[in-house]
Amino acid sequence: MKTETTLAQPHIKAETPVRPRESLYQRYEASILGGTAVLIIVAIWQAVWSYTDWISPLFFSGPSAIAKAFWSSLTGGNLLADLAFSGKNFTIGFGLALVSGVVLGVIIGWYRRIRMVLDPFLNALYAAPRIAMMPLIIIWFGIGMWSKVFIVFLSAFFPILVNTAAGIRNMDRDLLRAARAFCASDWQIFKTLAIPGSVPFILTGVRQGVAVGLIGVVVGEMLGSSEGIGFMVAYGGQTFQTDTLFVGFVIIAFAGILLTSVAERLERRFSRWRPER
Amino acid sequence: MMKLQIDHLTKRYCLQRENRDVLALADVSFSVEDGEFMAIVGPSGCGKTSMLNIVAGLLPYEEGNVLIDGKRIFGPGIDRAVVFQHASLLPWRTIAGNVRYGMELQKRFDQAAMKERTDYFIKLVGLTGFERHYPSELSGGMQQRVNLARALAADPVVLLMDEPFAALDAQTREFMQAELLKIWTKAKKTVVFITHQINEAIYLADRVVVMSARPGRVKDVFRVPFDRPRNLSLKREPRFLELEDSVWKLIEEESERLGMVAAV
Repeated sequence: MKTETTLAQPHIKAETPVRPRESLYQRYEASILGGTAVLIIVAIWQAVWSYTDWISPLFFSGPSAIAKAFWSSLTGGNLLADLAFSGKNFTIGFGLALVSGVVLGVIIGWYRRIRMVLDPFLNALYAAPRIAMMPLIIIWFGIGMWSKVFIVFLSAFFPILVNTAAGIRNMDRDLLRAARAFCASDWQIFKTLAIPGSVPFILTGVRQGVAVGLIGVVVGEMLGSSEGIGFMVAYGGQTFQTDTLFVGFVIIAFAGILLTSVAERLERRFSRWRPER
Repeated sequence: MMKLQIDHLTKRYCLQRENRDVLALADVSFSVEDGEFMAIVGPSGCGKTSMLNIVAGLLPYEEGNVLIDGKRIFGPGIDRAVVFQHASLLPWRTIAGNVRYGMELQKRFDQAAMKERTDYFIKLVGLTGFERHYPSELSGGMQQRVNLARALAADPVVLLMDEPFAALDAQTREFMQAELLKIWTKAKKTVVFITHQINEAIYLADRVVVMSARPGRVKDVFRVPFDRPRNLSLKREPRFLELEDSVWKLIEEESERLGMVAAV
């Protein structure tokens, strides 16, 4: 929902620096309406949780119980260690995916024959849910951090690779013709057209990679781990600590919102000059 | 002195699907003098864009000769620059960066010279103050000015223009024509200007090549008898309209001939 509203906004043109006067409410309308809605829902949820017995603590939880569980696992429990573990796995895995995805994507986008050879494998792996490989990855790497790093890598790698390759390949014909007319060499075309032209595509890959990488780290930790936020959720479920489970879930949701909005911001920043067609 | 010579140029395209050759240009010959503004006008499908691409070195040719200063051309060269129909600006580069782009690729000027030329040609096309803007922030007419500045900054011997104003609205188009003449007077380049608008060709050029369609042949080459500098009001004068009319008739004959060919 958030993506659509932000992407639909027209690019701000330099010719129109005079911004029409708008009230504080108009400027922050989306945040105010959205924030109010969240507050109301949480308040109703809390009221139902405190004053009725419609919610069984075994099957669901309430805001105050989640907050309490959050506080106790923060002060007395392993929350910080779990967060650090998951964060480390995600960062290393995603970093590796970013570097290798962009490098390989550029090669595949630029060399037609390499692309033809690799395309069937890449398409199969891009389309398949990589998370299904988790049991195999645990056999390879054990239940320590490296199986999680690897699943994050595997998850995020393909969207970044495929989008980067598409960006290199979708070079503007008119620009190519112009560069050729000015005697551009292949290397100059690569440097001045292919690479900068693919930046918005790479960032789209990064945004998709962040989303699936997050799924990777959480599910990876659920399936075989003794640490991490994913483990926290799975453990909470298995031991009927529904409050703890919810703490994990809320943290994952927030991490998702945070990382995706950073990626979106980057994407928008670099697509400022993207041709609008 | 002949700057550009096109000598018995013939271009065939192979239509693989229909397994036959199509003649795009048949035995085209004309030459452009140093500093001359030559317009090439013809109905769509007369191969004028093919010809420009050949002269630009973007399209190979097998039969005939294209000579600049007496030397046969093979591929693109620093002696030519093209102003394209679509502005073809790099959207991630500022206006200044785009004007530099041609020079950067050709590696003929050092940094200081590039900077100086960038500023000079941005000023010449009237875009001072827009150096740091991005192409998407400019109107179509302004983008074509950048396109022109980029080509001029590369200091070509022959400037090739491929219907550069075709995508602009009628008013902007008129102003750009007048502007182009001013710039051309200052830049003193040999220009080959392709258009399908007869009055644009007559207004701008010293001489006009009229081409016939399918295959493209030179139907007529004539000198435009009007003195320079020319005002836009020239276009409303009877002698201008008369000349325009006679060229129209030439091209009309062509369309009729084509119509009959199509009927058979």
